[in-house]
Amino acid sequence: MALADDRLMEDAGFRISEATAGDFFALLKPRVMSLVVFTAFVGLVAAPVSVNPLIAMVAILAIAIGAGASGALNMWYDADIDAVMTRTANRPVPAGRVSPGEALGFGLVLSALSVMTLGVLVNWLSASLLAFTIFFYAVVYTMWLKRWTPQNIVIGGAAGAIPPVIGWAAVTGSVSLESVILFLIIFLWTPPHFWALALFKSDDYARAGIPMMPNVAGQASTRRQIFAYALILAPVGVLPWALGYTTAGYGVVSAVLGLGFVWYAWKVLRMRDDDRAMKPAKALFAYSLLYLFAIFAVYLVDCVVGRALMMGGV
Amino acid sequence: MIVADKKLELVTLTERQKKARRNRSIAIGIALAALVVIFYAVTIVRFGHHGASLTSSGLLGGG
Repeated sequence: MALADDRLMEDAGFRISEATAGDFFALLKPRVMSLVVFTAFVGLVAAPVSVNPLIAMVAILAIAIGAGASGALNMWYDADIDAVMTRTANRPVPAGRVSPGEALGFGLVLSALSVMTLGVLVNWLSASLLAFTIFFYAVVYTMWLKRWTPQNIVIGGAAGAIPPVIGWAAVTGSVSLESVILFLIIFLWTPPHFWALALFKSDDYARAGIPMMPNVAGQASTRRQIFAYALILAPVGVLPWALGYTTAGYGVVSAVLGLGFVWYAWKVLRMRDDDRAMKPAKALFAYSLLYLFAIFAVYLVDCVVGRALMMGGV
Repeated sequence: MIVADKKLELVTLTERQKKARRNRSIAIGIALAALVVIFYAVTIVRFGHHGASLTSSGLLGGG
């Protein structure tokens, strides 16, 4: 009886949802969200102004939900290409667990809620930046750049790089050069990170018709561009120390991490055209995740320890 | 008149649909409760600060 009801409803264009809270949580792209939360937290702690811990927690929560909302909007719009890629085929929308309409509604409601919460409870500069980030990721990157140009993740990477600036703005009510450098580190890290992935997942991207760099410019060109970005990223990672924002400890660790990045990118550059296993590209992809986490963690520790030493009069 | 004699047709949910709906309802309930607590707590923190500064400046009769 119930099954017959189901069929009648579906024929009539209705569908009773079987989506669980877990499916909706998956729409938020929790792994991406964790990186956003961490980098926003670093921006928030690095700011030279103290803030009530509860306000700080609310700011991080709102930024996390805003990032999740843009992920849900991305999954709504990209359901067609997610369905043909092995990496994304099991996402809630292409797998049929959440309807596109539900994903869209969920994304829009959370977008509005996160921006309003940040604006009302923290400040409107950070809320404006969060709104811009959601718009940039969902509309500029997802709807426009991703299917149009191999520079998609270069330009679109700006959306993923803004969280530390939002964290900084949430505390200070302004944007400074220090937070812009944190933005730059993530912005320059994004192309080599995603192009390393695109190298060993190029078949997937080709099947979905996404113009990723290896599919458009070829693998050799992509490997050269990865190396070029690594050469720019390594010194930019050291900039916070060079400009006097951190101690030499950060300078040393970030320089070593940067050299490691260049080394892995060099191995990708030297990768042979007929290398099917693509171990250097996989190694760079894994190392790039470690690099970003490590450099922000060291920056965070440096800020906290530096402040503690100053308060202690050392 | 005809409608009054007819039994109202209802959709029968499967166990899975009922379980999913219950699961979503609980999650929405928790999220709304968290939102209420957050807005309440932040309001206290913000007005607490504001109240304290008004009191110390003498505008509320203190200091």
